[in-house]
Amino acid sequence: MKNILSKIESQWIFLIIAVLIFFVFALIRPDLVNQVIFSFGSLVIKILPILAIVFVLIFLFNYFVEPKKIIEFFGKGSGVKGWILAIIGGIISTGPIYLWYPLLSDLKDRGMRNALISAFLYNRAIKLQLIALMIYYFGLAYVLILSFYMLIFSIINGYLTEKLVPGKENKC
Amino acid sequence: MKFKKALEQTYNNFKRAIPILFGVLILISIVTISIPGEYYKKIFSGNLFFDSIIGTAIGSIAAGNPITSYVIGGELLAEGVSLVAVTAFILSWVTVGMVQLPAEILMLGKRFAITRNILAFISAIIISILTVLTLRIFS
Repeated sequence: MKNILSKIESQWIFLIIAVLIFFVFALIRPDLVNQVIFSFGSLVIKILPILAIVFVLIFLFNYFVEPKKIIEFFGKGSGVKGWILAIIGGIISTGPIYLWYPLLSDLKDRGMRNALISAFLYNRAIKLQLIALMIYYFGLAYVLILSFYMLIFSIINGYLTEKLVPGKENKC
Repeated sequence: MKFKKALEQTYNNFKRAIPILFGVLILISIVTISIPGEYYKKIFSGNLFFDSIIGTAIGSIAAGNPITSYVIGGELLAEGVSLVAVTAFILSWVTVGMVQLPAEILMLGKRFAITRNILAFISAIIISILTVLTLRIFS
């Protein structure tokens, strides 16, 4: 058994565990199974266009941008430019957070700073396309104050993440 | 040659990412369906500090589109839940991801993913309190 597991790559083990959790859930709450399957189907349909954009971006990065350019834009010496790009990238990127893991993983392998990955992910909380809805529910002053703090904390979190996880680590 | 190499790298990335993304979608579907919006309001205590922690904790476990968090947040406010709790809830909904944590670990590294999520959790509590205090000063 251990031998078989060691031959399966971690991403497949993760998917198998998720499927097993689904089956356990189906045994406990059979009445909700159809809803879960429907929700899963709708999510897949919803993410497909964004997923396509992400992989086109990965391809374009691989094709056009040399690793030394990645280091220049997002590496140790990228300075303020790197922070601005990560923050803007986080704000304008659409779709769920997990769709951006493959691109960030690729950029990380090619030298992107942990601080900038963290800032990118944190700024995904500021969504320009949803601001109108947020203002409707919570008011303009609230949205402005919250966005300001999120921006500041994305930089603080970025710095702290890099302090605590300074170098490259092996992915599972 | 460069084209082929770029295509190959993208394909390898795709091959690695797809099972992880599908796994996350299965987990998100289970969490979204098994915890309907009306459950959330039953948990808050009315205490400003504890509500910000509870709000952050629930937002971290919950998953889905940010729009859903605004709608639930708006409903919670209308039900009398504090703005601190609602802010913590909508913030951690997007910045902390317990459901997608295994995927983040697999793709970005264990130490990075855990550290980032812990920092985002603490930040959600601090930002929610700061936002409400600042709002009080200005209004």
